[in-house]
Formats: sequence, structure tokens, C-alpha cells
Amino acid sequence: MTEEILKVAHLNKFYGKRQVLFDINFDLKKGEVLALLGPSGSGKSTTIRTLNGLEDFQSGQITFEGKNVIPDEKHWQELRQKIGMVFQSYDLFPNMTVLENIVLAPTKVQHREQKEAEAEAKKLLAMVGLSDYAQSYPRQLSGGQKQRIAIVRALAMHPDLMLFDEVTASLDPEMVRGVLEIIKKLSDEEDMTMLIVTHEMNFAAQIADRVLFLEDGHILEDTPGQQFFKQPQTERAQKFLESMDF
Amino acid sequence: MAHSGINVLFEGHNFVRLLGGLWTTVWIAALSLLIGLALGALLGILRTFKNRLLRLILRLYLEFFRIVPTVVLLFLAYYILPRMMHVANLPGSLMAVVAFALWVAAEFSDIVRGALISVPKHQWESGMALGLNRHQLFRYVLLPQAFRLEMPATINLATRVIKTTSLLMMISVMDVINIGQQIIEANNHLYRTGVFWVYGLIFVFYFLVDYPLSRWAKKMDAKQAD
Repeated sequence: MTEEILKVAHLNKFYGKRQVLFDINFDLKKGEVLALLGPSGSGKSTTIRTLNGLEDFQSGQITFEGKNVIPDEKHWQELRQKIGMVFQSYDLFPNMTVLENIVLAPTKVQHREQKEAEAEAKKLLAMVGLSDYAQSYPRQLSGGQKQRIAIVRALAMHPDLMLFDEVTASLDPEMVRGVLEIIKKLSDEEDMTMLIVTHEMNFAAQIADRVLFLEDGHILEDTPGQQFFKQPQTERAQKFLESMDF
Repeated sequence: MAHSGINVLFEGHNFVRLLGGLWTTVWIAALSLLIGLALGALLGILRTFKNRLLRLILRLYLEFFRIVPTVVLLFLAYYILPRMMHVANLPGSLMAVVAFALWVAAEFSDIVRGALISVPKHQWESGMALGLNRHQLFRYVLLPQAFRLEMPATINLATRVIKTTSLLMMISVMDVINIGQQIIEANNHLYRTGVFWVYGLIFVFYFLVDYPLSRWAKKMDAKQAD
């Protein structure tokens, strides 16, 4: 636990006049898994989307791998190669096969060899148990399969940080487990640094080194994972955990 | 019944002349579409950008071509534009291509813009999250998806362009209507019913060109419904 990957300092965000994030501060060390928890509309997704430039912010500073982030399109585009993101709605490109989806960014953005990228894509597909689907189109796959491939597509870029934005929220219950297992494996075996927004409390309890608890755009708690689930510091978080009944 | 009206079609070179007119109609429409679609695709992409001034200008361009009747566009291109530029005697067919291509570009820019913005926002975002730049995002993700959406409207636009070439006679282009009119006038004393046969044949010509396109559009539409 040494190298600092990400640091967010005094981040404020407005939609027009309405402030949605208030003085957000936290940092993330290499290999650490941070879970963003909180009720709907608390700003979890907005926070995670701000970290790869899909949302802008009005004041504050994001530091990634020791460098201050210059928040313009050109710099974000560079950084996104190092910051992978997976969304709730998987969003594979429907006009491409699974394999084409995975190798698109490595070959076009990172200019890697087609052969090498495809070989790696196949290896990653094997890792998530979907070797047989390289030539399938997204419409032929189930939600859980699509989401696993979306994870593979992000991993193929060799990111240093992975952002997961409610990746199981639109999956059928029996699909959830497979996806979560992959995320767990990434943490256990690859020591991937991750930031996870989720409503799966059991999963968060298993995987999170630390928990940020948000409400109404404020961070109410920044607590080690074990401790958060046993005895949260704030009453609000306690109520939240009770209401989730897990 | 010494002179059955249908014979007007086979008098002298009449039939061949009508076919020649049809060819003029078709190549002017095809060339206008080719240029117009290429230009329109570009303008359509630009219309999805955030720059307000650019969007306003392109919007005005679209509205101009949408509001001004095509006849007026043809007159502008044939009579007024060359005079303003101080060039004389540009052929009508060339100026027709200019006017039609600009019109097609305007209409198609709206089709492309509509298709692009109806590609789900998540597709833009997941493309960006992978580090694609704007050019790559359009080329690999958005345009291929938009293409499917815009096919039916584009084919309909093509059929409209082909039909509208019937206005070419207004600027003395020898299209199929103009030639038909000449044949009718030249043979009026011999074939009193010639007008029916000539226009009947022209109807068949237009039908043969446009109907397959219209069928194709319908098929694409049905395909998208499922």
C-alpha cells in the first residue's frame, strides 16, 4: 500500500446553479478497492463519472498517478486509456462482433498489432469463460455475458484503475454472481485498483478495502471496509445498512 | 383508325429520344445524389457539434433549401448565379446538378443529424471511456449505427429527387419531360391522342426507376421494426 493512484481534492460540481457534489476529498492507493455507497441520488455515479471526464466539475483538483489532471477533452482522452470504465448498461457496440468490440480501442487508440490484440482478447475471453463467443454479435448474448465482455473490453486497454458504475444493477439476479466473481478475481489475482459503485452490499462487504458513504453530494464517511459494515460511524450509514437488509 | 395514338412513340427516333431523355434525368439525379449525400453527411456530423454559431449557420442553410421551392432554386442556379459570378452560358444540366446537390445536402444533413443523435448516449460514452477520439468515435461507433437508421429516409429522398427532375424543363434541360413535350407538339396534327401515350410512357419510365427504390425503403423500414 504505497503508490497513490488517484487523489481527489475539494471537488465541487454544479448542474447550472444546483450544486450536486460538495467538497469531495479522497484518495486511492495502488491495489486498493474503494466502494462508493449511498442512497439513490446521493452523487455516487456523478462522482465516478467525473473521474474520467464524462462529467465536468467546477472547482477542485483530481490527481492521477501523481499528475494534476487538466480537465479538457484532449487530456481526458489520454487518461481514459489508463482509466477503464464499465457502465450499468454494458454498451457493447452492436455493429461489431465481440472480438471487434474488444480489439477496437487497443488497435485504434493504442496502435497495437491486430494479432497481438486479438490474442490477448481471446485470453481475456477465456478468463471470463466466454471463449466460444468471440465471433458472436452482442444481440446474441445475455445481459450477464455482455457485461463480462464489457469488462474484458476495458481490461484490454491495460488500465491502472477500473471504475465500475452499478455494473450489476440491470442484470437478472442469477447473472449477477458471475460478473461479481470476475471483479473479485481482478482484485485478488491482478491486484487491480478499483472504484466500485454498487447496491450489492454483500459484495461490497467482501471486496471493499474502504467505503465512501455519500448522501446528497456529501461524503459522510470514509471508513475501512470491515469496520463500515460492522459499526458505521454515522447514524445515517447505520440506517442505510439496516434498510438494505443483507 | 389510320393513326392509332400509340404509334407516336415509334415515329422516327421518338422512342430512342425519350430513352435519351430518361438517361439525362437519371444521370442528373444520380450525380446530384452522389455529391449531395457526401456533402450532407459532413454537414450532418457538424450539426451534432457543440459550436452554436456553426449549428446556426447550418440550420439556416437547411431551412433555406427547405423553404425555397425547387423551381426557384433552379432559376437561381441557372439565371442569376452565373450572372452574379460574371460567367456566361453554363449548361443547364450542370447548374441543375449544383442546385439539386445543395438541396440534397441540406435535406440529408438533417437525416444524418437525426440518426446520429438517436444513437443512444451510452454508446457515445462507452466509446469515449475507451479513449476513442471524436473522429474514431464517429467512424467506428456512431456512423455505422446511424447508417442503418438513415437508410429508409435516404432512399425516400432519392425518389423525391428523381421525381423533381421533371422541373428541369424549366431551365431548358433536355430531360424526358422536355423531350416528350417536343414530341407531342411536333406530332399534334397527326396524333391527336399522342399526349396520352407520351405521358403514359413517361409515367412508366418514372415508375420503373422509382418503384424499386420505394420497395427497398419499405423493406429497410420493416427490417428495423424488428
